[in-house]
Amino acid sequence: MRFVLRRALFYLFTAWAAITINFLVPRLLPGDPVTALMGRMQGRIDSNAEQSLRVLFGLDQDMSLWDQYVHYWQMLLHGDLGLSFTHFPTPVADIVTQALPWTVGLVGIATVIAFLLGTAVGTGIGWRRGTWADSLLPITTFFSAVPYFWLGLIAIAVFAVNLGWFPSNGSYDRGMVPSLSWEFVGSVIYYGTLPALTIVVSSVSGWILGMRNMMVTVSSEDYVTVAHAKGLPARAVVVGYAARNAILPQVSSFALALGFVVGGTLVMEMVFSYQGIGYTLYQAVSTHDYPLMQGCFLVITLSVLVANLVADLAYAALDPRTRQEG
Amino acid sequence: MSEPVLEIRDLHVDYGFGDDPTHVLRGVDLTLRRGEVLGLAGESGCGKSTLAYAATRLLPPPGLITGGEVWLTDRDGRRSDVLGLTDAQLRAARWRDVAIVFQGAMSSLNPVFRIGRQLTDGIRAHRPGLSPRDLEARAAELLEMVGISADRLRAYPHQLSGGMRQRVMIAMALALEPQVLLMDEPTTALDVVMQRQILEQIMELRDRLGFSVVLITHDVSLLVEVADRIAIMYAGEIVEEATASEVYRRPRHPYSAGLLGSFPPLRGPRRALSGIPGAPPDLQRLGAGCPFAPRCPHAMDVCRDVRPVLGPPRTGEVRRVACHLHDADLVGAGTSGGLPPELAR
Amino acid sequence: MATSTTAIEVAAPTGPDDVGTGVARPGRRPRLLFLRNSKALVGIAILVLFGILAVVGPWIAPYDPNQVSTALLQPPSGAHWLGTDHTGRDILSQIIVGTRGVLVVGLVAGLGATVLGVIVGVTAGFVGGLGDEGLSALSNVFLVIPQLPLIIIIAAQLPSAGGITVALVIGVTGWAWGARVLRAQTLSLRKRDFVEAARATGERTWRIVLAEVLPNLTAIIAAGFVGTVTFAVLSQVTLAFIGITPVSEWNWGTILFWAQNNLALQRGAWWWFVPAGLCIALLGMALTLVNFGIDELVNPRLRSTGMHARTLRRRGIRPRVGFTPVVRDQWRASRPGEEER
Repeated sequence: MRFVLRRALFYLFTAWAAITINFLVPRLLPGDPVTALMGRMQGRIDSNAEQSLRVLFGLDQDMSLWDQYVHYWQMLLHGDLGLSFTHFPTPVADIVTQALPWTVGLVGIATVIAFLLGTAVGTGIGWRRGTWADSLLPITTFFSAVPYFWLGLIAIAVFAVNLGWFPSNGSYDRGMVPSLSWEFVGSVIYYGTLPALTIVVSSVSGWILGMRNMMVTVSSEDYVTVAHAKGLPARAVVVGYAARNAILPQVSSFALALGFVVGGTLVMEMVFSYQGIGYTLYQAVSTHDYPLMQGCFLVITLSVLVANLVADLAYAALDPRTRQEG
Repeated sequence: MSEPVLEIRDLHVDYGFGDDPTHVLRGVDLTLRRGEVLGLAGESGCGKSTLAYAATRLLPPPGLITGGEVWLTDRDGRRSDVLGLTDAQLRAARWRDVAIVFQGAMSSLNPVFRIGRQLTDGIRAHRPGLSPRDLEARAAELLEMVGISADRLRAYPHQLSGGMRQRVMIAMALALEPQVLLMDEPTTALDVVMQRQILEQIMELRDRLGFSVVLITHDVSLLVEVADRIAIMYAGEIVEEATASEVYRRPRHPYSAGLLGSFPPLRGPRRALSGIPGAPPDLQRLGAGCPFAPRCPHAMDVCRDVRPVLGPPRTGEVRRVACHLHDADLVGAGTSGGLPPELAR
Repeated sequence: MATSTTAIEVAAPTGPDDVGTGVARPGRRPRLLFLRNSKALVGIAILVLFGILAVVGPWIAPYDPNQVSTALLQPPSGAHWLGTDHTGRDILSQIIVGTRGVLVVGLVAGLGATVLGVIVGVTAGFVGGLGDEGLSALSNVFLVIPQLPLIIIIAAQLPSAGGITVALVIGVTGWAWGARVLRAQTLSLRKRDFVEAARATGERTWRIVLAEVLPNLTAIIAAGFVGTVTFAVLSQVTLAFIGITPVSEWNWGTILFWAQNNLALQRGAWWWFVPAGLCIALLGMALTLVNFGIDELVNPRLRSTGMHARTLRRRGIRPRVGFTPVVRDQWRASRPGEEER
């Protein structure tokens, strides 16, 4: 319990840090892209909106930094992330909350599948060393070195453009209206298969490698020899004694790698024009929509923190040593 | 003399799969009889642990058994060579006939399983018909047997003290009431008080359940107290084997004499401590003759060229020693003349 | 995406072997072993190749990558080995010239992040107490915050995000992983005898760090450096692909940017986007192979039994934990000093 509390506190601290970074970045960097754009919008924004933009980007020179900071927090706690420039006058918060579920669905599910698949394969390879399975490693290494988005491009070129099995972009059939019907869900799955598959293929090798290395290390531990000495069946030894211990560092590295994973898979959305948060961020960058960019960053970071907390909970559940301090 | 329960014949073990392996065990012959406590002593690296693990085929890679036989007699009197068993047969024989208490209880217990589960999964593997309740009852019984209260069944290894963990290991080993218990340095990591308690516990259990024990340790003085017979190993072979009191009072091999001379006696006249000059041998560079020759104060020319055979000394006593000083062929049977005083007591 | 295995190994609660083996003898022996590792050799060879391209690229490229021509979107031919893009620019030249951009950014970012990581990690591990807590909290924060989005918003709000700027941004955001690993290693080294001895004789802290601690950390620092370079290359390419870095500087990501924005996929112009990705993959793979070599150096258990595979097969040995192989063959007859019994 104390372990989880400590982690939760840490994530709160990190959230604060991320928000503060978001606050400081536009103010610390040279140049002021926002004022120019604001000038262009003159007259079309109401005073509230203009005020929130000023708070977000520090355009009020007569307020002290600390006051700006306080105002910034007040805004955030009201759920106000400013107004998007390009989808004017839609609030950033609306855009972001609409895009987030798509990302959680696609990236979340694909990453979990890749983790489970990679761990299972890694267990098998790590257990039976010196067999043909070892030759899989160079292949998976190659795939891990490939940038996610390039693999996505290839996948589109081969499966969508050439073979026509899957659509090349979008998250669902444009002709449909989002609803909870089977048709719609089916369309979502259809459109999501190629991106998900690409994410799985490109990230699975990291998990395979990690688990394999951990299995090799754990197999030489004394308690595995004891398990063999007890005459336990092979499956009991692999699963209960070896894999069950090898997976612990895997889970904690999964938590740490979430930041990387999210980064890479966001680009996947850009490649497939899949309307998740990554694609939204991409659009925001392309159109210099600074409020939207900041909002996306915040939401992405907070989601990663939540996912980290979930992973830590899983770790605590798996490792009894964390549950009692002493 | 009771019947043999574990017979190791001419066991050869290498480390290394390549073209130049290290020969860590060079033709070991050892017999363990029913109900006896056999002590296996020697310096670190002499191969005593290797012997125990190789005899049960638990030696980790790059260990390789290159010759010999290990005859195990199970409780029905059937004799089989452990080295010739299939995987399934070996799994069945393990823990049921031969059990090992490993060194270092903290790393020998699975950190993510409760103690109760680790006690019972061995039982379950060999007796699949038992109900969970029976298993739990048996686990509780085992804990009580080693003096731990049954409410520790649900504890995790990291919640127990070192002494308790070691006792759990012993309880685990006795779960199926094996005939042979191999104990690898069972008390080395513990303090003296705990050492004594554990040993007494083991001996009491041996008296009650009647299993045979191979007690592996570098501490000869311990063996002198608890073992029936002692075998002393050096550089991968047994150099002396006799009853404990004989080894203690009348060692025949120069190495044994040196070992025993290194321990100060608590009682009796004060004497100077003698050590053994030189360093333990490099197993990769052993010469043709006796491995102890470079450090032996009584080495003769023949010692450097010809390896001595483990056999009864020329005095005809019922014991074995691998030393040319006692070789009947070299010196003449029946005589004890010409032996240095500490080897002729 | 390959997670750094060295870091995982070190963070796992294993026995003293792991720390001891790679650490006990810094100097000649481990380096020679490293060179014998075939995986690492392949990796180094590829890296050297790309390095040469980076240096002499602009001179040996057949065309100026910005030079437009009338040969629009041509597949590979004799005149243009990798074809041309939508404005007739030679793709091979773009790739050759782009190598320098990629490598420079990768190296600068890698260096920056590694230096920062060493400073933070070793200090935290060595100093302990409140300083350690503070630095650890700092590195954990940077570790958890997703790096690519962070890099994106920083780079996007910069007036110009050219190569070196991007390298610095990546370096400043990517040091946390190395810092964490180094802190763990430093902590365990600090307790070792030789460090305690140095402190006991009153050696000054910075001298101890430089002379005793750092040499033992070289393998890990090297692995971290390689890992960071990999990440830097990927990040930079991604940034270019998204369109944040100016298109005037050529790197492999820029090629993909043009390809994506001009519907290379739909037009079936595979020669436009395939080579660039392959180069990125090759470079990444080379770096990963080098990292494998370092991993296997630090943790000898990972070394594949490839060396003995032939011997093993010939003798019918299958090395398994829990079932020691039994092989009776003529090897024993040739041992010296064996008496016939």
